[in-house]
Amino acid sequence: MVINVREKYLKTTGKLRFMERIYLPAIFKGMWITLKHFLFSRAVTVQYPEERKPVAERFRGRHVLKRDEEGKERCTACYCCAYICPANCIKIVAAEVTPEIQYNHPEDKYAQIFEIDLLRCIFCGFCQEVCPKAAIFLESEYELAADSRDKFILTKEKMLDKTGGPRKIRQ
Amino acid sequence: MLEFIIITIVKLLVIFMVVMTIAAYSTLAERKVSAYMQNRIGPNRVGPFGLLQPLADVIKMVFKEEIIPDHVNPFFYVAGPAIMVFIALLPWTAIPFGENLELFGYIIPIQISDLNLGILFMIAIASLGVFGIMLGGWASNNKFSLLGAVRASAQMISYELTMGLSLAAVFLLAGSVDLRNIIGSQQSSVWQWNIIVQPVGFIIFFVSMLAETNRNPFDLAEAESELVVGYHTEYGGFKMSLYILSEYINMVTASALITVLYFGGWSIPFVDFHALGFNQNLIAIISVAVFTAKTLFFIFVFLWVRWTLPRFRYDQLMNLGWKALLPLSIANLMITALVALLV
Repeated sequence: MVINVREKYLKTTGKLRFMERIYLPAIFKGMWITLKHFLFSRAVTVQYPEERKPVAERFRGRHVLKRDEEGKERCTACYCCAYICPANCIKIVAAEVTPEIQYNHPEDKYAQIFEIDLLRCIFCGFCQEVCPKAAIFLESEYELAADSRDKFILTKEKMLDKTGGPRKIRQ
Repeated sequence: MLEFIIITIVKLLVIFMVVMTIAAYSTLAERKVSAYMQNRIGPNRVGPFGLLQPLADVIKMVFKEEIIPDHVNPFFYVAGPAIMVFIALLPWTAIPFGENLELFGYIIPIQISDLNLGILFMIAIASLGVFGIMLGGWASNNKFSLLGAVRASAQMISYELTMGLSLAAVFLLAGSVDLRNIIGSQQSSVWQWNIIVQPVGFIIFFVSMLAETNRNPFDLAEAESELVVGYHTEYGGFKMSLYILSEYINMVTASALITVLYFGGWSIPFVDFHALGFNQNLIAIISVAVFTAKTLFFIFVFLWVRWTLPRFRYDQLMNLGWKALLPLSIANLMITALVALLV
């Protein structure tokens, strides 16, 4: 490291030289820096609504309920997520799978009601870590604004994975 | 006589519109320049590249509710911005923009009135600008406003001295206070420009102009971080926009004055249009364009300085004015006078 003799002198004596006292060289130096930025630098702004940056792979956004390879709902209403949830925002009502809806549910039990209160949710991701069926994930959706409290309750319909869909079986 | 009145009214209208437009667009320029200096984009939503932003701002300001707070003195509260914008526009009556036009057999000077004491008039008007600030600040009955107004007026009065003294050196060289003669004295070659002849005087004048127009680094009158916005803290809507507009007009005026006094007005280095045998009207148009370009450049310099330098402390400002610039400008004047006497 180079020892700056000038700075050491300044610190000990507190005296400025003539060129420092007339300010002008320092001012021109500063103006050259801003001019360089003005002429050569590119803006780093992201024009948000039109232009979006991709979110990170591990980003924890809005919850999505996944379907399995056959398009059936993975969730079996085991209550693990509701139990682990530190914000206590998951509400599940379990019900028995009847033959009529068997095409959509692989096991005996399913979540009749599965609601998440986004106003309480802290997006900690514990639910996706604890889920034994790999059914719930926090994905990339992050524009969650709404204009009333009811709209912050995520129902099962809103959360269910759009792709896949329930497999239609012939009766 | 009638033609004279008509011509003068037309010139008044044109210059008023042009000055207002340049002042309004310098608000946009300020935001754009600061944005580019900070690697941002700046306003770009209203119109292409945000070019209609000043219009949107004006519409918003004009349609705001007129609020006169209970604790103010209503008469002076309203009079403040009106006086301010009036005085800001007044110097434009005497600034010459270019060579004479010849239309329909009339010789029309591109200047509202050819005052033979031009620059003295300008100094007189500039010092009146304190009234608008002081009245507004005092009538607002608010400690921030009052402090801002006191600071602004103290600063403007102190820096007027150095400004006047640095100008005196220019008068000495030109042998006249008429702005046209001052430009004429610089026109023969670029070595006659006062920036070359009077570099120290130019620096003093430029610094005092920054202080006179309350621009950064001497914007202690508004000093957001200490005084909210200083003397117009209590103002809103149209009245506030008048204050801000007049500050920008002052900046445009200062740039035009710098062009006239130190950068040879409308003359271009190493080019003499009269020798090239151009038509008088063509020369007039070119000279106005050159004058405008130089003025716009100095507006940019004002913005550039603002977005580079931090604000002075109040005692530093006064020290700089009274202990550094005033003796320096007196010395500059003495040396200029001595040289003018000997040569």
